[in-house]
Amino acid sequence: MRKLLEINHCRKHFDGMEVLKDLSLSVEESQVLSSIGPSGSGKSTLLRCATLLETMDGGDLIYDGHYAARDNGQRAVYAPPQELHQIRNMFGLVFQNFNLFPHYSVLKNIMEAPMLVQKRNRKEVEAEARELLSQMGLADRADAYPYQLSGGQQQRVSIARALAMNPKILFFDEPTSALDPELTGEILRVIRSLAEKKMTMVIVTHEMAFARDVSDYVVFMNDGVIVEQGDPREVIDHPTQERTIQFLRRLSSQ
Amino acid sequence: MSLATMFIKMGDGFGKTCAIFFLTLLFSLPLGMLVALLRMSRNKAVSYVTRAVISVLRGTPLMLQLLAVTYGPYYLFGLSVSRNKLIPVVIAFSINYAAYFAEIYRGGIESMPVGQYEAAQVLGYTKAQTFLRIILPQVIKRILPSITNEVVTLVKDTSMAFTVSYQEMFTIGKQIANSQTSFVPFLVAGLFYYVFNLLVDFVMGRAEKKLSYYR
Repeated sequence: MRKLLEINHCRKHFDGMEVLKDLSLSVEESQVLSSIGPSGSGKSTLLRCATLLETMDGGDLIYDGHYAARDNGQRAVYAPPQELHQIRNMFGLVFQNFNLFPHYSVLKNIMEAPMLVQKRNRKEVEAEARELLSQMGLADRADAYPYQLSGGQQQRVSIARALAMNPKILFFDEPTSALDPELTGEILRVIRSLAEKKMTMVIVTHEMAFARDVSDYVVFMNDGVIVEQGDPREVIDHPTQERTIQFLRRLSSQ
Repeated sequence: MSLATMFIKMGDGFGKTCAIFFLTLLFSLPLGMLVALLRMSRNKAVSYVTRAVISVLRGTPLMLQLLAVTYGPYYLFGLSVSRNKLIPVVIAFSINYAAYFAEIYRGGIESMPVGQYEAAQVLGYTKAQTFLRIILPQVIKRILPSITNEVVTLVKDTSMAFTVSYQEMFTIGKQIANSQTSFVPFLVAGLFYYVFNLLVDFVMGRAEKKLSYYR
């Protein structure tokens, strides 16, 4: 299987606090990987390092064989901006808070980056954007503005916006955490249907049942390291590490 | 002097008032953006120097700055005072207003959620594209009411050009008031400013309405 993402020996600290400690991880084509763990475990920081929103102190970051960062034995050395620009084209990110552009219509939110960044032609991009919107069940909201949509609808638009760039790999940063409980289902359904279409995804989530259901691989993080990883049914239903058992027990007792 | 003559004479000067007003906006609005960007520069030295300049410009009277720009070159370098007072007047006003606009821009830019930058970055927008397409349009909407405030103040501040005897409307009004020992020219001046500002309010209100299509 082709490795689309590889992170080797990633280190990251904030103000002297080690947030990620020599962490390694790889994602294969068509794989759905979920990252679970308590808040402060470093799972969001890991995702931010992977999406180039944070820089790693040390380690390699490799997308489909292309080095975004390479460890020189002391620290992570990042590729020049032009190469990083190319690498950003390989992945998409869905934020917890959607981060749609409020001054753009739904359609423009989706269409601008493919036209502006990938220089694709308007007709083709618009057809694709409308197709994505109808997949998201939002075909009739193309001309709406984000403030006119519910949280769940906004999140679906932001998924469409990410998909319009045709990423090889799609990251989700707690995609349902900002939503009312009754709206999480619609987002989880969208992600599940993407998984069925063999979209490669990395999902940071608190939804245990969902992580078990949809992912091929799960990593449990705590204190900046991966404590336990593997098949989701194994890790979530039969954890072997004390820290994982505690965490899952606390979740299920809520 | 009849009221009509007064209106005509002061109306003549009103053209110059408008010249100060529009030229000042033309130069200070973009200059303010440049100053705001320097003020937010990651280079500490640049940021501190800009901050000091803004502090002086906002902390000293505009009248003093008008005098300094108009007569400073003479006292410092022995250069003759320019015949056309419009130039030093517009320079002084533009610099002073740029300082105020810069702080308004900065406030607006810094109030933007970091998520907007991050979303644009992940989608591959360059820094310039992010600023011009994503950040700036939203900043303009946010700061428009504060800009309106400054513009209204500018209308009235143009009267300060009388300190360097630039023949704008208020300077002429003052001369008529002195020669005729009458208070009426001041009332006429007040009327001119008020009507001008009604217009400013109307235009800016329209602009705000135009930007109210999103929240």
